[in-house]
Amino acid sequence: MMHTAEMLQVFAKHRGDAIVVPGRGGRHWVRLTGRETLDVPLGDPAMGGHAGFALGLALAQPNRRVVLFDSEGDILMSLGMLPTIAEQAPANFYHFLLDNECYATTGGQPVPNAKDVAYDVLARGAGYPRAFAFSELPDFTANLPDILAQPGPVFVALKVLPEVENTPIGGRVRWNTRSRDKVIQDLRGELRLGGAT
Amino acid sequence: MADALSPETVLAHMKQAGVTDVVWLPDSETNWLYMLMQAEPSLRLIGVTREGHACSIASGLHAGGRRPLILIQNTGMMESGDSIRGWLLGMNVPVVLMVGYRGYTRHGVDTDTAATYTERFLMAFGLNYYLVENDGDADRIAVAFAEAERTKRPVVVLVGDEYHGFNR
Repeated sequence: MMHTAEMLQVFAKHRGDAIVVPGRGGRHWVRLTGRETLDVPLGDPAMGGHAGFALGLALAQPNRRVVLFDSEGDILMSLGMLPTIAEQAPANFYHFLLDNECYATTGGQPVPNAKDVAYDVLARGAGYPRAFAFSELPDFTANLPDILAQPGPVFVALKVLPEVENTPIGGRVRWNTRSRDKVIQDLRGELRLGGAT
Repeated sequence: MADALSPETVLAHMKQAGVTDVVWLPDSETNWLYMLMQAEPSLRLIGVTREGHACSIASGLHAGGRRPLILIQNTGMMESGDSIRGWLLGMNVPVVLMVGYRGYTRHGVDTDTAATYTERFLMAFGLNYYLVENDGDADRIAVAFAEAERTKRPVVVLVGDEYHGFNR
């Protein structure tokens, strides 16, 4: 397994001008990014929806690479999203999955069949033309340039170490540096779309 | 046909409002509309497998500069409560949801609980809505688009025309 922060450090070198939806990696990404206005750290508007949001962005901005860091808990709520993404087949969409085998933000309870779900196989079975799986950082690091050189939709399942939180939600340190409104406003400004939300 | 809602009327309102993408899941009201939408080159159709997915997809489309429409049935809308809360209301998405009103009867004697809970659901979420039963009501679709844009909120059009002109 790899640490999410270390994996994101590796990815950051290859980010270019991609839009990044960091999902549950947001707490680390906000400290690593060099292009904040192209980041879409939303926290958790409603669990299971990050893949849909990133798909919408990718379809809306076909000339801009969109990179999503989804989680296994999220995609398990929305497995039906995989065929929708595969059917739309956005060539600019890179779907990374952080699989820590548990619901870390609720105390670390295992997701169903935590150790034996092959998410890359699910993605390929849903119609993604390319899907990969990595559990060790050196392998991921070596393969990432080739993965990003291929057209999307690409799915990359990553085994990451759980970062379990047991503090009551009200007492947790907020990692978001911007409100959701500001995040979208900044993105639309960067994309020269005019108007806020 | 004045006593029915024709799919051509609905499509004309979509085009007038500048809809670019229809995020949808089929229901018993929409097959003829689907065939028309498929033939319309200005629209992209994004099929989903669960209605809540339509909310997050529409949110992303809007953030990226597109103008989506959500086309689903009332049953799926009720299933989508948390996605409506988080991805539409929470993200200030000015989107119209055209919702097939399964079980709707003008006289109000429901035999289908899908109809029983539809308007209660909308009121619980504070979602404004307009009922459209036939072409004579269709200008309410334009009202819904304008209201969504003005308020930066989702607005619902309930299609109360099951098994009639909308479906042929």
